Amino acid sequence: MTDAALDTVGAAEPRQGRSLWDDAWARLRANKAAMASLFFLAAMAIACIAGPWLVPHTYTTIYGDYVRTPPSLSAYPKADMVETALAEAVKRMRVDIKEWRQDGDRVFVTVESGREVDERNVRYLDRSDTFGDAKVESKSDDGRTMVLSASIKQQYFLLGTDNVGRDLLSRTLMAGRISLAIGLLAGVTAVVIGVIYGATAGFIGGRTDEVMMRIVDVLYSLPFIFFVIMLVVFFGRNFVLMFLAVGAVLWLDMARIVRGQALSIRRQEYIQAAEALGVTRSGILIRHVVPNLLGPVVIYMTLLVPQVIILESFLSFLGLGVQEPMTSWGVLISAGAKNIGSANWLLLFPAIFLVSTLLALNFVGDGLRDALDPRDR
Amino acid sequence: MVLKSLLRATVFASSLMMAGGVFVSPALSEVVYNRGNSADPESLDPHKTSTVYEAHILRDLFEGLVMQDQNADLIPGAAESWTVSDDGLVYTFKLRADAVWSDGSTVTADDFVYAFRRLEDPATGAEYASMLYVVKNGEEVNTGKMKPEELAVRAVDPTTFEVTLKAPTPYFLEMLTHQSSYPVNKASIEKLGADWIKPGNLVSNGAFTLAEFVPNDHIKLVKNPKFHDAANVKLDVVNYFPTEDRSTAIKRFEAGELDSNDDIPTEQLADLKAKFGDQLRIGPYLGTYYYAIKMDKAPWDNVELRNAVSMAIDRDFLAEKVWQNSMLPGYSMVPPGIEGYTPALASFAEESQIDREDKAKAILEKLGYTPEKPLKMEIRYNTSENHKNTAVAIQEQLKPLGIEVTMVNTDTKTHYGHLEQKGDFDVARAGWIADYKDPESFLGISRKASGNNYSNYNSAKFEELMDKAAADGGKPELRLKDMSEAERVLIDDVGQIPLLYYSYKNLVSPKLTGFDENVMDVHPSRFVSKQ
Amino acid sequence: MVMYVLRRLLTAIPTLFVVVTLAFFLIRIAPGGPFNQERGLSPEIRANIEAQFGLDDPLWLQYVNYLNNLAHGNFGPSYNLPDFTVGELFATGLPISVQLGAMALTLALLVGGMLGIVAALKQNRWEDYAVIATATAGSTIPTFVIAPIIQLVFGLIWNLLPIGGWNDGAWPNKVGPVLTLALPQIAIVARLMRGSMIEALRAHHIRTARALGLSDWSVIVKHALRGAVLPIVSYAGPAAAALLTGSVIVETIFAIPGVGRYFVEAALNRDYTLVMGTVVVIAIFTIVFNLIVDILYAVVDPRVRYD
Repeated sequence: MTDAALDTVGAAEPRQGRSLWDDAWARLRANKAAMASLFFLAAMAIACIAGPWLVPHTYTTIYGDYVRTPPSLSAYPKADMVETALAEAVKRMRVDIKEWRQDGDRVFVTVESGREVDERNVRYLDRSDTFGDAKVESKSDDGRTMVLSASIKQQYFLLGTDNVGRDLLSRTLMAGRISLAIGLLAGVTAVVIGVIYGATAGFIGGRTDEVMMRIVDVLYSLPFIFFVIMLVVFFGRNFVLMFLAVGAVLWLDMARIVRGQALSIRRQEYIQAAEALGVTRSGILIRHVVPNLLGPVVIYMTLLVPQVIILESFLSFLGLGVQEPMTSWGVLISAGAKNIGSANWLLLFPAIFLVSTLLALNFVGDGLRDALDPRDR
Repeated sequence: MVLKSLLRATVFASSLMMAGGVFVSPALSEVVYNRGNSADPESLDPHKTSTVYEAHILRDLFEGLVMQDQNADLIPGAAESWTVSDDGLVYTFKLRADAVWSDGSTVTADDFVYAFRRLEDPATGAEYASMLYVVKNGEEVNTGKMKPEELAVRAVDPTTFEVTLKAPTPYFLEMLTHQSSYPVNKASIEKLGADWIKPGNLVSNGAFTLAEFVPNDHIKLVKNPKFHDAANVKLDVVNYFPTEDRSTAIKRFEAGELDSNDDIPTEQLADLKAKFGDQLRIGPYLGTYYYAIKMDKAPWDNVELRNAVSMAIDRDFLAEKVWQNSMLPGYSMVPPGIEGYTPALASFAEESQIDREDKAKAILEKLGYTPEKPLKMEIRYNTSENHKNTAVAIQEQLKPLGIEVTMVNTDTKTHYGHLEQKGDFDVARAGWIADYKDPESFLGISRKASGNNYSNYNSAKFEELMDKAAADGGKPELRLKDMSEAERVLIDDVGQIPLLYYSYKNLVSPKLTGFDENVMDVHPSRFVSKQ
Repeated sequence: MVMYVLRRLLTAIPTLFVVVTLAFFLIRIAPGGPFNQERGLSPEIRANIEAQFGLDDPLWLQYVNYLNNLAHGNFGPSYNLPDFTVGELFATGLPISVQLGAMALTLALLVGGMLGIVAALKQNRWEDYAVIATATAGSTIPTFVIAPIIQLVFGLIWNLLPIGGWNDGAWPNKVGPVLTLALPQIAIVARLMRGSMIEALRAHHIRTARALGLSDWSVIVKHALRGAVLPIVSYAGPAAAALLTGSVIVETIFAIPGVGRYFVEAALNRDYTLVMGTVVVIAIFTIVFNLIVDILYAVVDPRVRYD
């Protein structure tokens, strides 16, 4: 043999080792759906956090003139609404309209009455959401006729308004903050508690397993709603409490699943190998059991966040959830559902926000699962 | 296995399509009225009931001494005539000879004696026992100080029933239309005990008898052939459905599954009016929606402050925008609609909203409250979309005046529990519906002794005028005037803050006749017919 | 295994006892009582009513009486619907909820399972994405949105189904509720099945079977499914208990006289006896289904041993 055979051994470059996590990240990057969803989620989070400051309405302002108005890309008030709004404002003044005209973006109205017309009445025009900058143009000598003018306030309600007259866009964005926060916090709480509990029970097995699972049984046997009412009643209407309550109930499911997986995993050969090598119990847990559990855990977690949000909306449905004037997607959707057929936008837009967010979460979850799957190397 | 499940799915789907549209329909010759009723009754025992929903059903099952017709006017019931003694204390009722129970036995004066005693008997635990406190010894019996036999009622003979009152009570006959004074069948109760109200057992003397009671599903009443006026009862079956979800109820009405419903989701009112037109019936109802204000606590013990708050609230806005005109602005505790009675409206009722707000602002400033240094006020209400929206609207209205409102919402039980136990609050939402057509029903709750006096309103002058009105029972016009004066005191003192008057909101199919509008929202099925 | 089952059943009794005690005292600590509502009661009348229900006894005595009655199968009268005993309410309502829940669960397992298998077999192709998309949408849309949509579309617009009511169990009245209950479950089962099938299909023995030339169906049914079914089983246990005990939303919107609403209403109304009844029923169902799940685990995966 020539020395060429010898050369190849030394000539090769030293191989750069790849850890589990490097692998995973690379695979995630390659998954287009997951990456797109990740960006979408980031965008949604930014929209919900920063959005309310950019939208010209606050989420609490009530527009009495615009109760239940449909969404529109063009400005309100529409041409036919001006007269109605004017008539309503004048009615509050308890006087009669003689005539009115619109001049550009200002409206001029002549009112008359049997008695002297109070100048302060001009404030009723200001009060109306349709008009602003109202002033008295002129007054007749006997004081019984007065000409008032006001400019027409242009408002945009891109997503329409709700049943009380609040802008839906700002409310939806604000609701997003709450829903995302609750979903994340409750989900993480449930997962952390559930994984630790379930893995420990499943892996240790035997009596400990039985006792731990019996505790889960007992807690499970309390009807969820009963348990939540108790929590709410004892600790008051706290937002933090909301996700504590939700997380405190959902970890049970997670624990069961994890424990089931742990039970099968601990019989696998690599566990026995590790034991034979003398790795400590906690070492086995951390380096072998937990990464192998991640698959179903991640999947279940991406199922969990929607569950959390829906659970929260169920509570809001009963009046136990997020309190006014704060809102969440759940609250908006449950109110919207009651108005199907007559005010569909109330349901449609919050639902689009919710479903798209959850879809994105799911794609990310799937991507993570595929990326972290240790057998696919 | 996969194939099998596919097959199974196909079979399911096709059977679905075949079965679609098949309803269980009644025999064609029967006239059936499907009536939506918002909630299941708590009980069909007249002595254990308290809500309006039960009243509708019991009114069809039983017949009291006097009843209401489709216009809520008083008509003879089991009693065909009556006389009142000169001093207004003794009522003698002559029962009709042809009045029978559904089991054939005659309705006698003894049945009424038994029923009245049972209502007051503390062992029965009747919520509305206070209805008969106007009867002599009624209160004493109910609080255990006397035995039921000492209640001042007696059967002079089988067809004559006599009641002695504590004091002249001109609205006594109206009170008797309430379901708590219906007769109950003694033999049946003694034999069956708690089971007497079950379908098949229930012996009643009204236009209908009880055929089925499936909780949360339906209550079926069938025409009572033994009813003395059975010839004029046009319906064969009345099905009461508990329609708790209002949105579903609307859809069911639209689909023809319900012929009427007693409530609507108010935020959809404009749309419903457009869709249903005349079928949607709205009108004034004897009920007041108000805020109780805790008068024995600073700073709410200051009448000027209370008045300022009451003045500043824009009730027109609440009625029009929040309640979509399903409620009317209210400035008195007694709603309009009671003949001969003039409610005492708040002094600012006629003033323009701007004026009121300016005045209120001035008062608040004088007391040291401005938007920079606001007065803190907590509004409590029980969970409901409309109560919430009302509170939110008021919060916005009071902000520029220097009042900062926070809100607490609890479920209905907690809310009223808190108020009844005199828990702490600033302002709390409450509502009161008339038990009978008389101002006393609305003013009584502001009396010192009343358990419903959440504000803890305690005015010697008010008590004095109310006592005087009771004493003037024999002179109806004077009595009404006394009460009007009493209300004046209450309103000027701002013992409660009335906000709105209720309306009834019924959806009625054009197929029904005899479902007429009235301020008590009373629609006995006896007078209803369907084509 | 038999010993294991017996042991579990025996430990169920103290579990029940703990649950009942917890619930008993918790609900009484909650503010408000069964008799607070819009019209307040004078103290005397309140005293009368409470005496009738034994609420004026000292708490420990009420507890002992309750346990005593419970042992004899007497749940007591419902406080808010005193015409009925709790037993009667469950006797009429539970069969209805169980029926609907069972139908929904079957539908969910079959359809969801099928969809999950299809998605796993066609991983990362359009069928897979279609299933994931519909499954996600299905699991995210709350039941109180699906229900009115079904009512609107199938009921009012197409006139195929009644809007609500039970109508003595007529077929058309069941369709809406079952669909509403099943849809979210189908979605969840589909995703779980897809995930675990994908993992199961990668196993060595599957590759072997394929290499040996076994058909796809046979591979799936005989080999992969066995391994894939575990997470579904863990999920199905509690899901069954929840479904079978009725869904308050579905029952409210479709006006079905089941027991689901009692879980919410009883607590909100402070109907002590009804709350206890619901707690006991859910406890029993949960314990039974958890036991079934654990048994199925051992049956499906012989590596799982309970020692």
